[in-house]
Amino acid sequence: MKSSRYTRQTRLEGFGPQSQERLSRARVLVVGAGGLGIPVATYLNAMGIGTLGLVDGDQVEWSNLHRQPAYGPEQVGKSKIAVLSGVLQDQNPDTQIRLYDTFLHPTNALRILEGYDLVVDATDNLQTRYLIDDACLVREIPWVYGALHGFEGQVSVFNYRGGPTYRCLFPEMPAIGEIPDCDTLGTLGVLPAIIGSLQALEAVKALCDLPGVLSGHLMLYQALEQQMQKIAFDRNPTREGLAPLETSSIPGCTRADGTCSVAEYQQQRYVPGTVLLDVREASEFKAKSATGAVNIPLLDLEENLHSLKDAGAIYVICKSGPRSRQAYTIIRETLPGTPVYWIEGGMRQYLAVCQDQSWEV
Amino acid sequence: MKILLFGITRDIVGESPLQLPRGESAALQTVGDLKTYLKGHYPRLGTLSSLAVAVNQKYTGDDARIGEEDEIALIPPVSGG
Repeated sequence: MKSSRYTRQTRLEGFGPQSQERLSRARVLVVGAGGLGIPVATYLNAMGIGTLGLVDGDQVEWSNLHRQPAYGPEQVGKSKIAVLSGVLQDQNPDTQIRLYDTFLHPTNALRILEGYDLVVDATDNLQTRYLIDDACLVREIPWVYGALHGFEGQVSVFNYRGGPTYRCLFPEMPAIGEIPDCDTLGTLGVLPAIIGSLQALEAVKALCDLPGVLSGHLMLYQALEQQMQKIAFDRNPTREGLAPLETSSIPGCTRADGTCSVAEYQQQRYVPGTVLLDVREASEFKAKSATGAVNIPLLDLEENLHSLKDAGAIYVICKSGPRSRQAYTIIRETLPGTPVYWIEGGMRQYLAVCQDQSWEV
Repeated sequence: MKILLFGITRDIVGESPLQLPRGESAALQTVGDLKTYLKGHYPRLGTLSSLAVAVNQKYTGDDARIGEEDEIALIPPVSGG
């Protein structure tokens, strides 16, 4: 390493060589390699973080590029973390990068989090946020929260030295579809970069023991007004280590509970009454879909589910899994008598396996 | 009474801040009263299962007392990233 790499940082009063040393020993897990994850990982990497874990099972899509500038047209269809780690290693070859080509599940969260000093939530859904909150509480790891809604953002640091957690603010996870996501609302390309940069800053403050860590405060950013507000909140005294994660967060996503493989679906697909339900957006469905699949986007599912009430069995598919997992829960509640499964790995896995096995798509 | 709205609550109400006329807000004694009042005027607020409320930049429960000069913020979870 060039000895001058970090001089502008070590020269900074209030940071200095001691903080640089701390940073170089720190291990951070970034969950999500999208709009938030890219600025978080890029700056932590450039500033000299020791170990950087990246979790994401997604691939680059055209609709990501306006807000995820580590990726370009050549990378569409490729694994996000594979592409991002290449960029990061070029920018700082000294960082130890660990890749987890998966989504965070109740079944893998505790294992993946183990050994990290801090977690950064750079996800795009509430299920994973609640899972991170629960898993970090169990593992006693602080985590940096960031989220977006239209032209607004939220940032906080949870579970930091006994400080409050996400569930202290929002105890119960909202019902599916209650709070719209960026796929529905849209987002301006630069906004996740602002919130992600604030998250990177909070991560460095927490790791290097700098003052002013945003623990016990929720920061609300309004981009159009250029206003920031901080809301103070306390730890809920009843918040403590909890039941196994499998029952606390995402319902019904363990192998014994609703998942099925592409091969299992292929065995059943020609049985009369079998429905393949694709819960992706109409545009995704139009671009590529399985033969005979019915398209009802996840957000429209509840009100349209009656059209499937006579199905013998419903197999749900989405792009890579998270949405079909949610749909599975909705269908189980709405059509309790109908067997329902969700296909692990989504269309990505489905297309790969079908091609490999020469099965009908 | 001035009510700052964030996330989906702003989308539902359509503006932020919301200024309640003195005549209307005088009857609202607690955060719970205010929530009930707002849900009456904006029924979609009633569909939110999780909604944090801050009075003068401090998170509070439904039984917290509120007054005409207080600044209230409604803060729902936000999903995107």
